[in-house]
Amino acid sequence: MTLLLDIALVAWLLALAVHVAVQQEERSAIIALLAFGLLLGLAWVRLAAPDVALTEIAIGGGGTAVLLLRAEAALRGRDRQEEEMTRAGKLAVAAACAAISAGLGFAVLTLSAPAPTLAPAASEALAQTGLGNPVTAVLLAYRALDTLLEKVVVLLALVGVWSLAPDGLWGGAPDVKPSAVPAPLSYLARVLPPFGVVIGIYMFWVGADAPGGTFQAGTVLAAMWLLMMMAGLTPAPDTARPLLRIALMGGPALFLVIAFLGFVFAGGFLAYPEGFAKPLIVAIEAALTISVAAALAMLVAGPARKAPAR
Amino acid sequence: MTALFQPGALFGVCGAALVGIGLFVVVTHPGLLRRIVGCNIVGAGIFLVFGAVARRGGAAGLEADPVPQALVITGIVVAFSASALAVALLKRLSELNTGDRAETTELRSGS
Repeated sequence: MTLLLDIALVAWLLALAVHVAVQQEERSAIIALLAFGLLLGLAWVRLAAPDVALTEIAIGGGGTAVLLLRAEAALRGRDRQEEEMTRAGKLAVAAACAAISAGLGFAVLTLSAPAPTLAPAASEALAQTGLGNPVTAVLLAYRALDTLLEKVVVLLALVGVWSLAPDGLWGGAPDVKPSAVPAPLSYLARVLPPFGVVIGIYMFWVGADAPGGTFQAGTVLAAMWLLMMMAGLTPAPDTARPLLRIALMGGPALFLVIAFLGFVFAGGFLAYPEGFAKPLIVAIEAALTISVAAALAMLVAGPARKAPAR
Repeated sequence: MTALFQPGALFGVCGAALVGIGLFVVVTHPGLLRRIVGCNIVGAGIFLVFGAVARRGGAAGLEADPVPQALVITGIVVAFSASALAVALLKRLSELNTGDRAETTELRSGS
């Protein structure tokens, strides 16, 4: 029975990917990607990875689709079209892509047995961190350096996006609200955020012991903020606003401070003193959640499109 | 054939196929926005292969190896950031290619 479900999921994922490849209309392809992201979340549940499933649905499905749909609306009718490839060229590319897929598929089916795994090591040290969710332990304790660098990458991407604003608008607010706000959007933007904020905080809080965590929580909070900005209930902030900059920098900054304090109190960069691991991790997660929410919302909002208020 | 029925292997094969389909979109599609969509499909495929590897590595009471899973979570966030940057670049490119330049200059003089 579950095998049937798996096969149906895989068939749908492949069908939606092919739809993206052959569909002429841009919007239809993006909506197919949204459905693809949601089904991919189910696939992650079947792979025993609920944490990844939440991230995939929130960021890979929802976030990316909002980003692309907004871009489609802005670019409609004037997206740059490269010259169409010849039929022979396409066939050659298709053959090469099929070869890559076949090679990768062969590699997946002939992986060494028994499978190499770090699961015993991860679960052994779990008690020392005071956490119950091994994925959170990997993200914020064993491989905290990856998470720290990833936060920096997100901020760098935001710097890249912001730097695309014309000179005169630097530091101004992005343009999020459409010229006409449909009534259902306005209604949803009033009704959903109270629930969304509670769900976001809950996801952050249970992340230590159950599926959830900073990225998932941050994305939900970012979505609520974007919804309110899109409906015009709250103005998009000036990108130069100090409060916004502090929210963006707070998480990585606190992470770095605690990382360096590790030299003094725990004998190494990013080491947590014994007995204090859990409170420190929760503090970092709280600050990171706010930073992730602000950064993701601003990434979707785009560069400044209005002159700064001053 | 029995290898296909190991836990996660089916999704690993699906991931491999998605990499090929996504790559085809990236290389052949004439629209630049669709190429960004294609990049996302390639990413999803690679993550699924990771997921299949993680699922095989289940041990010590865990159903799957948490290390590749954490890497995938990091990867999804980074892929989103890259998409956002690509979209912003694409929008700016199209602004510079069409008449919108006048619009932004107007805004500037109005401030």
